[in-house]
Amino acid sequence: MCELRLSGRLPALLALSDEALLERLQHAAFGYFNAYANEINGLIADTSRPGSPCSIAVVGFALSCYPVAVRRGWLSREGAAARTAKTLDFFWQSANNDQADATGYQGFYYHFLDMHDGRRVWQCELSLIDTALLLAGMLTAACFFDGDGERERHIRARADALYRRVDWRWAQNAGETLAQGWKPECGFLHYGWEGYNEATILYVLGIGSPTFSLPAEIFAAWTFTYQWENLLGRDVLYSGPLFTHLFSHAWIDFRGIRDAFMREANSDYFENTKSAIAIQREYAARNPRGFAGYGRELWGITAGDGPGQEDMQANCRDRRFFGYMSRGVPYGPDDGTIAPWAMAATLPFDADAALCGTRRLLGAYPQVLSEERFASGFNPTLRTSAGEWLSAGCYGLDQGLLVMMIENQRSGLIWNLTRGCAAVRLGLRRAGFAGGWLRDVD
Amino acid sequence: MSIDRSIPTAEALAEESYLRRVHPSDWRNPVPKASYDLVILGGGPCGLAAAATAVGMGRSVALVERNRIGGNSLNVGSVPSKAIVRSGGAMAAVRDGAEYGLARIDDPVADFEAVMARMRGIRTRIAEYHSVERLQSCGIDVFFGAGRFVGKKTLLVDTQPLRFKKALIATGARPRPSDIPGLEQVGYLTSTTIFDLLRLPKRLAIIGGGPLGCEMAQALARMGAQVTILQNEPKFLPHEERDAAELLSRALSRDGVETRLNTTVVGARLQGGEKWVDTVSNGVKFSLAADQIMLSVGRVPNIEDLGLEAAAIDFGAAQGIHVDDYLRTSNANVYSAGDVCMQHKFTNVAQASAQIAVLNAFRLKRRRQSHLLIPWCTYCDPQVAHIGLHVRQARRRAIAVRSVTIMMQDVDRAITDGQDEGFVKIHVRRGSDEILGASIVAAQAGEMINELSVIMSAGIGMRQLAGILHTYPAQSDAIRLAAVAFMRG
Repeated sequence: MCELRLSGRLPALLALSDEALLERLQHAAFGYFNAYANEINGLIADTSRPGSPCSIAVVGFALSCYPVAVRRGWLSREGAAARTAKTLDFFWQSANNDQADATGYQGFYYHFLDMHDGRRVWQCELSLIDTALLLAGMLTAACFFDGDGERERHIRARADALYRRVDWRWAQNAGETLAQGWKPECGFLHYGWEGYNEATILYVLGIGSPTFSLPAEIFAAWTFTYQWENLLGRDVLYSGPLFTHLFSHAWIDFRGIRDAFMREANSDYFENTKSAIAIQREYAARNPRGFAGYGRELWGITAGDGPGQEDMQANCRDRRFFGYMSRGVPYGPDDGTIAPWAMAATLPFDADAALCGTRRLLGAYPQVLSEERFASGFNPTLRTSAGEWLSAGCYGLDQGLLVMMIENQRSGLIWNLTRGCAAVRLGLRRAGFAGGWLRDVD
Repeated sequence: MSIDRSIPTAEALAEESYLRRVHPSDWRNPVPKASYDLVILGGGPCGLAAAATAVGMGRSVALVERNRIGGNSLNVGSVPSKAIVRSGGAMAAVRDGAEYGLARIDDPVADFEAVMARMRGIRTRIAEYHSVERLQSCGIDVFFGAGRFVGKKTLLVDTQPLRFKKALIATGARPRPSDIPGLEQVGYLTSTTIFDLLRLPKRLAIIGGGPLGCEMAQALARMGAQVTILQNEPKFLPHEERDAAELLSRALSRDGVETRLNTTVVGARLQGGEKWVDTVSNGVKFSLAADQIMLSVGRVPNIEDLGLEAAAIDFGAAQGIHVDDYLRTSNANVYSAGDVCMQHKFTNVAQASAQIAVLNAFRLKRRRQSHLLIPWCTYCDPQVAHIGLHVRQARRRAIAVRSVTIMMQDVDRAITDGQDEGFVKIHVRRGSDEILGASIVAAQAGEMINELSVIMSAGIGMRQLAGILHTYPAQSDAIRLAAVAFMRG
């Protein structure tokens, strides 16, 4: 257990053992999927805020978390299977066509959907990465529900059909790498999605498809945009926001498996995330902008909610604050906002750092938990009349990632499930991954 | 007290002096020699460098210029833009003075007329170094007028024939014209005409997020203009690294520049006495009112009316004059250099390529343009500079790269100066200490990149660089610190 001297009021949570603390945080995070689900169609709200639409990525996380809930005894297997089947049925039956208010197109889905009828909202994009996260959840569920009963067989068949109908080749749009999305109003979006990021799982699932698979070369083309950097004294495959080093890892166990790029670098993506965590901690220790709270035991700069257009003069520095944004280190943007959930989500990579940081945070700023669930963003530099700025409510992505990462540390459940997923194995192999557990399966 | 308007103002005198240096109104072309060793079409930085090189070699030289000596760089490019950028920097220094202990000045006001007068004064001063008089004194025959080839070894300046042994086409480039429906009718500024502004536009829309667009956007925003950049790309400075471009994007935002990326301008119109720019971004339409519109979407080579066909010189609309690696055109006696034929349209490239072309033309040396090591810089705050290969270029050549980065926020002098935004990033061939390229974002990146230029030209590797003493404290010490970090592995 991480021993820290903490001043002020100690929440009861901090008196718990590490295992008990993790159980409480994980259970509370899972509670999000109970509280903010539409029980009729299985859709999950993006955030806990009133009127929030569904995020398809959050649904993907939810589908991956139901097996965790079964394993932990928070849901019955039958109950979890029923929720899963309902969700898969919704996506199978939803409008997947070129209408502007459909649920999806070409087997992909729009980023945000109406919670009730499941149709596109906000004129949002058909999102490749969010569809990949949704599919990852579907395939994880298919691996978990391996029983002979009708419902579990139905889940496997539905997940397979949903995966098979995704036209990845259409999404490639003859490009060297994948675009971020598509809109019926303007076609493919070109946001210049360069460099390493959270998209590994997108490429793996696209390349592993049995129907419209992406060519294997597309993965190498993506790695051409990588930058192997020595940052703050440590070598890393650079990506600024912490979540980019976590999302694909929530599903895929990258320990010991290497693609061509990592063979050349004599590393692997798991070790790389450890380096990224070390850089986060070193950056927070140096704290070049003098933000309140930052330190080697308090970090977590990533995508998440932020204060928005507030300005503040403190210590002769003009501060500018951003709203929801992908924050990163060391290049920024950084406005002093940390994601309170982020340290705990790094548990499988550096358990000491994750636990010490989380305990430090909870000791110093217990308000970052509400119903034992982490807020999306917290900025102790920006003091308002209500205290340090704190994001309202919570976000489904954060809760789902936390549930999965804690479980991967506790039992390796998700990683073990996806090791058995043919699409993941095939995609990894075609992308050039070899060694480690990939050598031992099949 | 009445003003005697018959007495010219100091500024009018300076402007007269400027014109006398770059294109005297009473100029008469000299009687041409029977033949010149070298005739140069274009009196910009490229033509001037070529003339100086050839004269230094004892060659007879004629220089033909349609407009003003000094070309874009002096008259409507690097020099005036940097003068305005400096005024913008001064405004920012006053605005941010409280950070350094000065009494706070909430709303510093720019005197735009004075800014432009300063710019013109600087231009006049620098014009002296390239003046017609100085060229004549070096033995260069200067011809003002439109030059065009009428044969493989002859060209006309207006009606006057000039015969040559060798010729150099150095006619440069000009702002790419608009293909946006309605923009011609509405009227717009370019990177050339913006220096004619008399008043600071209250609202300025800049189409294009390239170097000059970004520089002007930041400088004019600091003076009080409400500036919006409309960029049809996902980031600024498409040729720079993502982190550099994003850092600059945030810096522009801090100075009040509104940026709209992934935004295509689909039209312009006059409505209610105002200029409107119509845009589409990811399928969403948006219209913007502006007092002035600046188009900054690249440059096109000046190849029109040169009689290239008569001299059997190949060319294309986009690439300009076709040259080989030795800068020779399809006519063995005609070379080309600078913006009219080079991919990198920078003053330093124009000058360096001019020297290569002249040396090759007179067969003193055989130099390849592809061997040029080109540093460049966008002079925003912070400045964004680069030299050599980008990581992506290296990886496409199957070169494994390790980049070593020092953040300016970790450099003592950058901290003391309050200029700690940015980084020095050096790209090294993996498994060796060979420097392949570097990117710098820093307040003085344009100066710092020159150290890398020397280092790379001298073939100095990271090991040796780590041991080279720098002054302390110095922002350029970040370069040495990168080498030290490399050695630590």
